[in-house]
Amino acid sequence: MNANRSVVGKNLRKLDGFKLVTGRPAFTDDIHIPGLLYGKILPSPHAHARIKRIDTRKAKDLRGVHAVLTYKDVPRVPHTTAGQSWPEPSPYDTYLLDSKMRFVGDRVAAVAAESRAIAEEALRLIEVEYEILPSILEIEQAMADGAPVIHDEPDSTGIHDAQTNLAGYILREIGNVEDGFRESDLVVEREFRTQRQQHCPLEPHITISWLDSDDRLVIRSSTQVPYHTRRQVAMILQISVQRVHVVKPRIGGGFGGKQEMLLEDICGALVLATRRPVKIEYTREEEFYMARSRHPQILNIKMGVKRDGTLMANKMTVLATTGAYGSHANTVQGNTGSKVLPLYRTPNMRFECHVVYTNTPVAGAFRGYGCPQGFFAQESVIDEIAQELGMDPVELRKKNMIRLGDIDDLSAQLGEGRKGLPRHVRSCGLPECLERGAAAIEWAVKRQTLPQTTGHLRRGVGVACSMQGSGIAGVDWASALLKLNEDGSFNLQVGAADLGTGADTVLGQIAAETLGVTLDKMIVCSGDTDFTPFDVGAYASSTTIISGGAVKKASEKVRDHLLRIASKMLDIPVDNLTCRDNQVVTKCECEKSVSMEDLAHYAMYKEKVQVMENASHWNTDSPPPFCAQFAEVEVDTETGQIRVVHLVTAVDLGVAINPMQAEGQSEGAVAQSLGYALTEEMVLDASGRVINPSFLDYKMLSAKDMPKLTTILVETEEPLGPYGAKSVSEIPINAPAPAVANAIYHAIGVRFRRLPIRPEDVLPALREKELPSPQRS
Amino acid sequence: MKTMQVCLNVNGESKEWSIAPGDLLLDVLRREGYFGVKRGCEAGECGSCTVLVNGKPINSCLMFAAQAEGREVLTIEGVEQGGKLDPLQEAFLEYGAVQCGYCTPGMILSAKALLVKHPDPTEAEVRDALAGNFCRCTGYLKPVEAVLAAARIYRQVGPSGARPRAKHRSALHGKKR
Repeated sequence: MNANRSVVGKNLRKLDGFKLVTGRPAFTDDIHIPGLLYGKILPSPHAHARIKRIDTRKAKDLRGVHAVLTYKDVPRVPHTTAGQSWPEPSPYDTYLLDSKMRFVGDRVAAVAAESRAIAEEALRLIEVEYEILPSILEIEQAMADGAPVIHDEPDSTGIHDAQTNLAGYILREIGNVEDGFRESDLVVEREFRTQRQQHCPLEPHITISWLDSDDRLVIRSSTQVPYHTRRQVAMILQISVQRVHVVKPRIGGGFGGKQEMLLEDICGALVLATRRPVKIEYTREEEFYMARSRHPQILNIKMGVKRDGTLMANKMTVLATTGAYGSHANTVQGNTGSKVLPLYRTPNMRFECHVVYTNTPVAGAFRGYGCPQGFFAQESVIDEIAQELGMDPVELRKKNMIRLGDIDDLSAQLGEGRKGLPRHVRSCGLPECLERGAAAIEWAVKRQTLPQTTGHLRRGVGVACSMQGSGIAGVDWASALLKLNEDGSFNLQVGAADLGTGADTVLGQIAAETLGVTLDKMIVCSGDTDFTPFDVGAYASSTTIISGGAVKKASEKVRDHLLRIASKMLDIPVDNLTCRDNQVVTKCECEKSVSMEDLAHYAMYKEKVQVMENASHWNTDSPPPFCAQFAEVEVDTETGQIRVVHLVTAVDLGVAINPMQAEGQSEGAVAQSLGYALTEEMVLDASGRVINPSFLDYKMLSAKDMPKLTTILVETEEPLGPYGAKSVSEIPINAPAPAVANAIYHAIGVRFRRLPIRPEDVLPALREKELPSPQRS
Repeated sequence: MKTMQVCLNVNGESKEWSIAPGDLLLDVLRREGYFGVKRGCEAGECGSCTVLVNGKPINSCLMFAAQAEGREVLTIEGVEQGGKLDPLQEAFLEYGAVQCGYCTPGMILSAKALLVKHPDPTEAEVRDALAGNFCRCTGYLKPVEAVLAAARIYRQVGPSGARPRAKHRSALHGKKR
């Protein structure tokens, strides 16, 4: 956006890229620790059961076993595993170990042994007698009369109504939707269903923990939330925060699945029990049923419009399940309302949601955080309304979409599990996203010429829009510490948790830009609770805007200090100096300068002062990024196979700090969303067991499966963001699924309202529609 | 525990290791400090543990270490030569093909096996070669662009200059020097 910038806005290489392409030891497990024990968790084989008797003697007697822990051996502290700011808006319904099992995969016991094989053998030797309880697997059964109560323990708190398995309940209304429907010329009401999707980070959850020489518990962990984890582990293990040191190395992907204190508590408990270092690492299979997933939802959406396309009422009613525990139950579902409905100006909006417990694997935070479900429903219905009114779907969206200067009051009612703050639209590139995206997919032409009928293949194009936030207004905050070294380099210490997103690089770019130095002068250390200042962590699309805001403030303070010192050295007033090209230079024509290196030497050895500043930052608002996504699909009417041919993403992310990385965020989100649309689903059998816990049976898209991708960064200047930035990591995951569903409708005239849309759904739907099939000889 | 000796060549260096007969190549390589070999699924499905064995990409979680007897193994640690990055590594950085970096070693090795044999691949051939390496971060576009860019360098330098160093070393056949 600004031609004068030398670091921000440039496609610079990742700061941590070199060690990653060369395979240097960088991840949690890339370390040899003498005396390391292997921790394993015994998973419950039953969806709902009580432990009547548990005998660990044989396991304990096995040679090489150092500890076997059950609920009898550990403190009982109700907590949530959700890595959120204190006090967490998720119910405290989880225990380190418990006598009641609430899903297949729940923790029965944990062992630490000298090898993985011994640990696995020890699990087999634990004798457990269960009282099997009736279970709830289907979302609609949870609140039925006489349904078994999943959380009947007396000590859990924050559950909306444990007796009816209601983890959370949300009702918000603006205006009166019934009035709105009465004033409408067309009312469309539809039901949608979304599935359990798994994050599938290539690096499964892993924690290695030990006691250091000061008897402090060091936790080296693949986490997005080092600081929340420190607080939660201390509480659960009943030790002081002072005794816990959480270290986040490089992370092999998280996507929300690691915004969760998942292994650190039990690993720490095993360390305290054995006084030996312990590693726990989920296998891929365990990752599927013991980690987290996207909340399945049943969404009923009813929208009313005038004949000219003006939206009058939008009512969304959601039934969601959080699985056996309420991690992120309220907040994910709150987002389904607060970030989805306000995309369109509607005088009457109503969002109601029941979040129920079921005896199924636990849902949690997942990139998009409730929005992919909501946008699938809303963007499908908008498309249907356009069809009914005979309007172009792009035009209908343009007519109703939120605009620059709008204030969205629904978000004020739906904050982070409590009342939030109103959202002001201070930057909005959505019209440009729609225009440039439409041009890239050749919308105008293809809506006319398609569906093309080539034998058994039908092509169509579809569109969908979405918005997200940038950090949680009034909740998320971050800090940064910046220190000058004597060679003119800087240590940038941030609590922010780069989980592979490139956050270290982006934060380094913000600091380097502000200080007038090149990015290679930045040594970025992130996510260590002893050595970096507080940050809530990597979630809610917050790092660039919130952590970046802290970095910019700290950098400005350092810059001011540098200018004061340079002023003395050069005998030139501060306001005639500026930082540029790794030096402090005069703004006037006298052209004096001092290099950062000379300045640093002067500061350290003449002035005897460490140039070092810190700053904290939070926002009162969560500036929304916007996105328009277009899909071209080809449906094989003989096999029901759907092939996405082209997927266009036009995203308003504010200013792109590193456009190449921003594109990468978008492309990765699209790949996950196309899996969500077409192939990815965790399937449970009648006993609540995941039947496809492997990459063979849970189908992610490979390099061969991906369509042509076009990514268009639509830059706007966000007043609340550092250098005008908003966010990009989550938003492009929201709309590919509805864009594909709408394109399928365009191609074959059938609407699919359940994800994933599989060939076995397409074929019968086509038969029902009696689409003339090509003649066979 | 019963142990046996295995002699192999890793990244151009001869090695003799004590292993258990059932040890997987993945585990032995990591135990010996080749941390660039990543554990992602232990079922041959994700490709994070890809190494080249006699130039062919294999999932090291599906191969017993004992089966590497007398073979040449190339891990990501051996791709960089004398402090100089391979064109593939340079391209992965330059094109933004690395996000979390967990799948990156496997992807680079699969790509290297392709380019050594076939330095002028089409995009479809590159996608084919990477199909066994899942990446959850990038959506594959930038890795594919990076491989195609590296292929141009491979073609300029010629296949010999771009071949794994292990190929130039005398192959070891099971015995100590």
